[in-house]
Amino acid sequence: MRRYLLSVIEPSVGDPPSPQELADIAADVAEFDRELREAGVWVFSGGLFPPATATVLRPKDGGALLSDGPFVEGKEHLGGFCVIDVEDLDEALEWAGKAMRATRLPIEVRPFR
Amino acid sequence: MSDPVEEAFREQYGRAVAVLVRLLGDIDLAEEAVQEAFAAAVEHWARNGPPSPAGWIITTARNRAVDRLRREAKREDRHREAALLFPGEAREEPPDRLRLIFTCCHPALSTAAQVPLTLRLLGGLSTTEIAHALLVPEATVAQRIVRAKQKIRDAGIPYRVPSGSQLPDRLQAVLAVIYLIFNEGYAASSGPRLIRDDLCTEAIRLGRLLHELLPGEPEATGLLALMLLTEARRAARTGSGGEQVLLRDQDRSRWDGGLIAEGHRLVRQCLDHGHPGPYQLQAAINAVHTDGPSTDWPQVLRLYDQLLHLSPTPVVALNRAVAVAEVAGPAAALDLVEALDLPRYHVFHVVRGDLLRRLGREPEAREAFRRAADLAGNDVQRSYLQARSSSER
Repeated sequence: MRRYLLSVIEPSVGDPPSPQELADIAADVAEFDRELREAGVWVFSGGLFPPATATVLRPKDGGALLSDGPFVEGKEHLGGFCVIDVEDLDEALEWAGKAMRATRLPIEVRPFR
Repeated sequence: MSDPVEEAFREQYGRAVAVLVRLLGDIDLAEEAVQEAFAAAVEHWARNGPPSPAGWIITTARNRAVDRLRREAKREDRHREAALLFPGEAREEPPDRLRLIFTCCHPALSTAAQVPLTLRLLGGLSTTEIAHALLVPEATVAQRIVRAKQKIRDAGIPYRVPSGSQLPDRLQAVLAVIYLIFNEGYAASSGPRLIRDDLCTEAIRLGRLLHELLPGEPEATGLLALMLLTEARRAARTGSGGEQVLLRDQDRSRWDGGLIAEGHRLVRQCLDHGHPGPYQLQAAINAVHTDGPSTDWPQVLRLYDQLLHLSPTPVVALNRAVAVAEVAGPAAALDLVEALDLPRYHVFHVVRGDLLRRLGREPEAREAFRRAADLAGNDVQRSYLQARSSSER
């Protein structure tokens, strides 16, 4: 068994999908999540609020320096993720394909150490 | 390296690595063991003469791997050792090399990594040989191979033949890598000629292997036929001064009749199968070119129509235009060529120049050949095109 992180790569610029499109996507993502659990590969999954809601801590003089906003401003950001346990990369890629079709967004697949 | 070992090396390296990767689950360990076995072979064969090479190399490599694992005696190696000691396992199982090809050509690896990895693990070419053949610095090749192996291990790229639903796409990737290796050798970019020929030989060997292991995949058959029919005309492709000779001017007695017969037989197998694909159609086009004393151009054009339908790329459209010129004349072909957007592809300017010349538009033809010469990748092509840009030959 190997563990993989599937990251949903969301664009930071451009128009968001229409409410109807968003509703369709939400339904497809819920269905994908259900499928993951039924197949017994699901470890964890979740969607994230936008990067503007983030807070970053940096080590500073033995304490922490807090700052408002994301670690790096970019054209893309992490929109959500799931962690799965599967046999190998081919299986992970198959699930990533389903995630891509549900979210309509690029998915990054990375192995855990 | 003495000759029988060298020969066995080329022939057996991929087979032995494939078996050892299955037994050990690790490419680096497998390669080390196989290399040690070949080193031992040099000594052993000098004294005792060659035994059955395949069995000897694989068994020796397995024994070396067991010795190494015992010396290093890590706990997690115990089950590996147990697997290695099981006596029936040191033989190649039919899909071992097939598994290894699919691993080397996995789409999670870049093409720049797939090609050297395939040449290294299945062809047994050294990093130096690959660097020479691909015209890439040796350090770059070494780094690409190391990184690819790391990714295979860390990302869990599997060592198995893909399942039914994944097989068509994954097979495409494998065929593309083999054809790329063949074209690297065939396109005569530059570099030492001998090593470039080596790439064609290696690609054909991989093509034969794939055809043998996947007899039910007509595109694998088609690719092999395409490479054989192209290779068959190699001697006739260049004139005494090293200049390029166009198909219509080639001395057909210099074609390799054996390869042509084999290619034709494979194309007929494809036709019987009834599932045409891009490689099969290109093979069929080459079969028509090599059938009888002259080319049946209307038949070639019909095949290009099908090919363009399956792979609607500008390069296919350009090649189809060449057939159109033979069937409907250069004016009709030129209209098609002018509509294509291939300004960086030297063959585009060659075809265009040829059509313009046949239409008597000489100044434009010379200009086209001059541009083709500027874009050509090697000296032989360049000098040939420079000659065409200055004469009305």
